[in-house]
Amino acid sequence: MSVQIAHISKTFQHHGVSQTVLDQIDLTVQKGEFVSILGPSGCGKSTLLTIVAGLTAPTSGKVLVNGKEIKGPGSDRGVVFQQAALFPWLTVEENVMFPLKKKMPKEEAKKKAHEYLAMVQLSQYAKHSPHELSGGMQQRVSIARALAMDPEVLLMDEPFGALDEQTRSRLHEVLEKIWIDTKKTILFVTHSIQEALKLSDRIIVMGTRPGRIIDEIEVSFPRPRDEFRKQLAEYEERIQKLLKSEIDKVVKEEESYAAGR
Amino acid sequence: MQQVVKRIIFYAAALGIWEAIVKLLNIKAVVFPAPSDIFQALWNGFADLTLVYDLLASFQRLAIGLVIALILGTVLGVVFAKSKVIDDTIGSLILPLQSVPSIVWLPLAIIWFGLNEKAIIFIVVLGGTLVMTLNMRTGIKSVPPIYTNAARTMDYSGFSLFTHVIFPAAIPHAVTGARLAWAFGWRGLMGSELLSTGPGLGYTLKFASDFGDMALVMGIIFIIALIGILVDLVFFSRIEKKVMKKWGLLEQ
Repeated sequence: MSVQIAHISKTFQHHGVSQTVLDQIDLTVQKGEFVSILGPSGCGKSTLLTIVAGLTAPTSGKVLVNGKEIKGPGSDRGVVFQQAALFPWLTVEENVMFPLKKKMPKEEAKKKAHEYLAMVQLSQYAKHSPHELSGGMQQRVSIARALAMDPEVLLMDEPFGALDEQTRSRLHEVLEKIWIDTKKTILFVTHSIQEALKLSDRIIVMGTRPGRIIDEIEVSFPRPRDEFRKQLAEYEERIQKLLKSEIDKVVKEEESYAAGR
Repeated sequence: MQQVVKRIIFYAAALGIWEAIVKLLNIKAVVFPAPSDIFQALWNGFADLTLVYDLLASFQRLAIGLVIALILGTVLGVVFAKSKVIDDTIGSLILPLQSVPSIVWLPLAIIWFGLNEKAIIFIVVLGGTLVMTLNMRTGIKSVPPIYTNAARTMDYSGFSLFTHVIFPAAIPHAVTGARLAWAFGWRGLMGSELLSTGPGLGYTLKFASDFGDMALVMGIIFIIALIGILVDLVFFSRIEKKVMKKWGLLEQ
């Protein structure tokens, strides 16, 4: 067992009204597994990820990593955010060295940083500033930075959501290769059904208001999955139906709210 | 290039018309000096080195005052940004103080320090510290949470989070603060030098005025303006642009 999410609930107070964003989430991710959390916007999937990252405290429930309850963020869980979140005052290389600086001599950190930059094919950009890189390249640096501290788990919060289609599909290949090479446990938040089907061993489909797990889908096709387009399309349709009823529910609620005013 | 040409023509024409009017109407230099009088006064001032000593003395005060102001402003800004209690109490004083021109404190400064260097430097420090404090406070408070969140997932917290992430992220604001501190300090310096003993640009301006040497008065006003523009354009604007670009705050 690698990551265990146990009875996680999260309630936000908003103008005196309490809103349940996550309701009793239970989920176990096995070591080395690639699990996607898929859901419409507002289902609390990103909140769930920040709770696992330790950046947000749950209202109730707990998260265990290798059986130990987490007490805040830590380098056992690397996080890749939707924005690359690179530090602009550091070079690409220094950004990747950032998590290593306190843990090892500089030379060693540099060597390690270059290993991971090579993994995301950005070795020749080591001395560049982040602002000189494209969005896709920045996100690759961000992945290298998260990997550099050799975390148990990689948490990814819609990491390719802001990128164009071609860049995204290229980064899928990069990530797939990294996952196969490093055997990391990956928890991947996305709203793209195709992305989830392409990458994951298992897809957790979440519904909204309150955010909860409505289905779990095992995807057991071998990788790369380009030759299984037909079969994946069937899965896609099935998930689409599931999500449609969720989105319809939200629209209906909003309409009745608007009518009631 | 077009712009430069237009400006050169404009300034040449303006100076020519000015010179012509003064000479044709036979206006006395003590009322309104012609450009040629001003040039002569400045030439003499630099030839006998009085203006050189004035500049050196003024810059020395300014440098001492600014260094103190920048350090003090940075520390205060960080303290106000980090402590809500201090910010709500002492911090509320900064804005009203900032709306008072620093020069008006000179009478008190003279009583506290005497009519000397210290009183002038005090005015420079006062003028610079407050803007630096305000900008530093804003800078620290507006660090994007994504930076601190990312750093926290990499085992940074407390003091190391501050020195490695929060402070560097606030540098664009600090640069703006320094630029404004210079501008306010420069104004405070000239004001307080008018009322002090020499040497110093402001002192010589007052001295020239007492002797009716309006050509030198206007000459020194030109120098003050020139230095103001040069330091801003050559030094601060460049640094600010560089930092903004590197920090990704400037659209290319």
